[in-house]
Amino acid sequence: MTAAAPEPKANMGRPVPRYDAVVKVTGRATYGSDMPLDNPAYAFLVTSAIARGRIDGFDLAGANRVRGVIDIVTHENAPKLKESKLFSNGGYAGTTIQPLKSADISHDGEIIAVVIAESYEAAREAANRVKVSYAAATPSATFDSPGTTTAAAKGQSSQFKEDPKVGDFAKGFNEAEVKLTASYDTPTQHHNPMELFSTSCAWMGDNLVIYEPSQYVYGLKNGVAEQLGIDADKVRVVNPYVGGGFGSRGSMTPRTAIIAGIAKRLNRPIKLVPTRDQGFTIATYRAETRHEIKLGASRDGKLVALRHEGAEVSSRADPYCVGGTKTTTRLYACPNVDSLVSIVRADRNTPGFMRSPPEVPYLFALESAMDELAVKLNMDPVELRRINDTTNEPIGGKPYTSRSLMACFDEAAKAFGWAQRSAAPKSMSDGDWLIGYGCAATCYPTQMAPAAARVRLQRDGRTRVEIAGHEIGTGAYTILAQTAAERLGVPLEKVAVFVGDSDLPPGPVAGGSNSTASTCSAVMMVCDQVRQRLLKAVMPNKSLTDKAKETIGLGQTPATKAAKSSEAIDLEKAFDALGTGLIEEYGEWKPEGAPMDSLRAMHAGHARLVGGASMKDKIAYAFGAEFVEVRINRFTHEIRAPRLVGAFAAGRIMNPRTARSQLMGGLIWGMSSALLEATEIDQRTARYVNDNFADYLVPVNADVPGVEVILLSEQDDHINPAGAKGLGELANVGTNAAICNAIYHATGQRIRKLPVRLENIEV
Amino acid sequence: MAVQALSAAATANSPLTQANAQPLAGGTTLIDLMKLDVMRPAAIVDINPLDQRWSAIDPGGENLRLGALAKMSDVAAHDEIQRHYPVIANSLKLAASAQLRNMATLGGNVMQRTRCSYFRDVSYRNCNKRSPGSGCAAMDGVNRMHAVLGTSDQCIATYPGDFAQALIALDATVEVTGRSGIRRLPFAELHKAPGSTPEIETTLQSGELISAFVIPGRWPRSVYLKARDRQSYEFALSSAAVALDVQDGTIRDARIALGGVATVPWRARETEALLKGQKFDDGLAQRAADAAFADAKGRQHNSFKIALGKRVVARALQQAVTMEI
Repeated sequence: MTAAAPEPKANMGRPVPRYDAVVKVTGRATYGSDMPLDNPAYAFLVTSAIARGRIDGFDLAGANRVRGVIDIVTHENAPKLKESKLFSNGGYAGTTIQPLKSADISHDGEIIAVVIAESYEAAREAANRVKVSYAAATPSATFDSPGTTTAAAKGQSSQFKEDPKVGDFAKGFNEAEVKLTASYDTPTQHHNPMELFSTSCAWMGDNLVIYEPSQYVYGLKNGVAEQLGIDADKVRVVNPYVGGGFGSRGSMTPRTAIIAGIAKRLNRPIKLVPTRDQGFTIATYRAETRHEIKLGASRDGKLVALRHEGAEVSSRADPYCVGGTKTTTRLYACPNVDSLVSIVRADRNTPGFMRSPPEVPYLFALESAMDELAVKLNMDPVELRRINDTTNEPIGGKPYTSRSLMACFDEAAKAFGWAQRSAAPKSMSDGDWLIGYGCAATCYPTQMAPAAARVRLQRDGRTRVEIAGHEIGTGAYTILAQTAAERLGVPLEKVAVFVGDSDLPPGPVAGGSNSTASTCSAVMMVCDQVRQRLLKAVMPNKSLTDKAKETIGLGQTPATKAAKSSEAIDLEKAFDALGTGLIEEYGEWKPEGAPMDSLRAMHAGHARLVGGASMKDKIAYAFGAEFVEVRINRFTHEIRAPRLVGAFAAGRIMNPRTARSQLMGGLIWGMSSALLEATEIDQRTARYVNDNFADYLVPVNADVPGVEVILLSEQDDHINPAGAKGLGELANVGTNAAICNAIYHATGQRIRKLPVRLENIEV
Repeated sequence: MAVQALSAAATANSPLTQANAQPLAGGTTLIDLMKLDVMRPAAIVDINPLDQRWSAIDPGGENLRLGALAKMSDVAAHDEIQRHYPVIANSLKLAASAQLRNMATLGGNVMQRTRCSYFRDVSYRNCNKRSPGSGCAAMDGVNRMHAVLGTSDQCIATYPGDFAQALIALDATVEVTGRSGIRRLPFAELHKAPGSTPEIETTLQSGELISAFVIPGRWPRSVYLKARDRQSYEFALSSAAVALDVQDGTIRDARIALGGVATVPWRARETEALLKGQKFDDGLAQRAADAAFADAKGRQHNSFKIALGKRVVARALQQAVTMEI
């Protein structure tokens, strides 16, 4: 075992290497824009240079003169598309703003023309020569800009159902012995996945194939079909590998149907590869948020009142919001809780999911405030969490299915060396560097969605697993192979996995960290169907107990460690008895508590996630604790975070190697979010300014010399058959607050606005 | 567009004398700006085939001579440059990424253009540098990275490089090869502050190529200190190139240049004057650093660079004084 492949503890799978490791490191993995097309034309987008107004006209003369230009599509001649509804409103789209429909412009960087040419270079050159006359109006950029409108989220967004509250907050806060009121801000951020927002479309007669990085091939297939007005069965979305998603590819963007429509009209495949900066405006982003937290506590640290008010920016068109009060009002024991979320509309593109959408901004506020409260109480921040730890969430009193928050704090504190911290601010240093230690809790709801799978087994043990899940870099191939191998008792190397294709049985959106729990539960169920058929064939007269059904394996291997090898049945004999060379089973799995229509919705490309705080009689979250060391140069005020330590508990860990990698990436992203990442908005024009990788900073290796991930053993039998809690979005939640808490410790200065930059430090 | 190769020094009929021809060396800036439609050269002249003298590193004798086609990485890794000119080696080592340093040349490095977001995105109409007379979107826009020294009411774009600070501090000479042969000018005369013509960035004439940099003397007591948002692969928010000659605690000579804060490579002569002949102490370092920014003008997001720049200069002076040589 190595650091990259941690020794599995109880209730953890083996840290087998990634199924797709070799193809990826040898460059043979084919991403969307790598897919070969027959004589494609190339598309390049022209996007608006204003955020609000109208297009007066185009001068296309120069563009049309570029050799190789085939067509220039604008609102004047674009294929007519049907309206697309928002994903939260019965549709598939991440925005209802439909470009190329009229001369109106509603945000910076809206698609206003598509140049089609014989080569990428010609298309780009011609796009540069498109001249646009605008009638520009003054846009509203963000919070505090003139012209924005603000209203409560409840009632306007079907995403946001309730402002959680319990008890009497006003009274509780009034009477509290210790009070804290503080405001926090988080910035606009963009996902910037490595793979650009490419789309290739090829028609074969009435059938359309789309190669596009997507986190939801069924959603995209159905959404594009709806916009084109064709049968969804005629649309196929293929993406065996996705070069990062982080939520940006969870819902449909307008570009896909546009490209499909143009390809149809041109009767030729089209490949679109937008630029990095276009990705900032043709997809979604994490909107800026503002928070006010009020905490009241007794002298001994017990919370008696908590209020969280959040405000989020969205577009004029769509009431997108993340509403993280669902989580922050339930994290700690507290009798009097109040909350309110509102949405501020501006002339912006519609924001959307970005890794832990609600938890990142809302827990930054709460976990910073908890640290501030600990300071007021003169208490160790870890102990403050311990005092307020709870087995039941305070709003509805529902029990957490499992909760290892304090175990995570204790493990991470030990590994980090928290005991060596001298508690007073500005009390630790090393040469030119002030040192600060900080910590914060992290959590993420455990969610599940319906999923279908097909499993095919041959007499030599070769197994094929098919599910329209998604490999967005998380390890989906690997853990699906492990799950099937383990469940069927066949060697891992005999399992072939197919994901990322809407012709496969429907899987859920790769979002909300539900994939592992959902797809593995479905594959386990279908593997059991396969085993049932074989068991029936060899033991037709034997009535098997449930226990036996679960433990008897196939071939050489028993299904579980509990079963002895003698309990494995001989595959050859079983197939002989069946008189067939191959068994194929299909099944649809539905999580407990899923709505009645959820399987129908699954086929129609609507993900119905259940879990987290939304379940009837319980609440399910994964937890963790994160500790960071920051160093602040006393001369330059540069801020670095040389050590990040996180301990996490997330039910069954399917593969400690891929889990560690996900959590490590989360910790690094969390640090990046706290110290580097912000999309700068020009206040006058409501345009994104630093829309490229040179100006939108993400960490380089030199910024992250030390990252340690500790996986805790946790068993939870109340969530899903796989026993797994999603962890893809767990680690980047607490880091923001942990960094600011460490900066306070290093400098005595409380910073409540992200990202923290050297000019914010006064020492 | 034709890509032509240049294999001998520029001559009267050099392809570089064509209207709007651009030399291509490492290509790490030019290609980017062409993709962004910021630069539209009529012809590209590949100067990499020029003979070896153009990329030679010659630290022998009294002067250091660096060929303009020498790669940043080769110069940064050179033993004698590290020993006798730490400010040069470090200014190069702290710039860009390893991959870029392996491609980029010294001549191209000093000629790299500003990173101003409004300059690099042609969808912004107002950029006096890109489109003279159109205004400056950065002046009241997002200007955290912009300059506080050497600005004008036409342009506040920062000169982004690091190496140029070392050159201007050490009184380097630029050797320029043009159609009428070789001419030499002080490095300090290569770049032009924006004034009323921000589109004119250097004093090079059509057809001229930088062929070498010549640095007189040796400066073992020298440092390059760079403050930036991340630990590597990032432009300076503020940097200082400092070279000192100290005898028995007295500063006999001081050379100071500032990066990340000015529109052009910036020599801080007021700071140097305050230091010369003085016994070094922290108070002197502070006064000298303050002098460097006496004329600085901050705007909405970049005013912090004035205080930061002073601390960087003072710290760089302390480091240079105390370094073991």
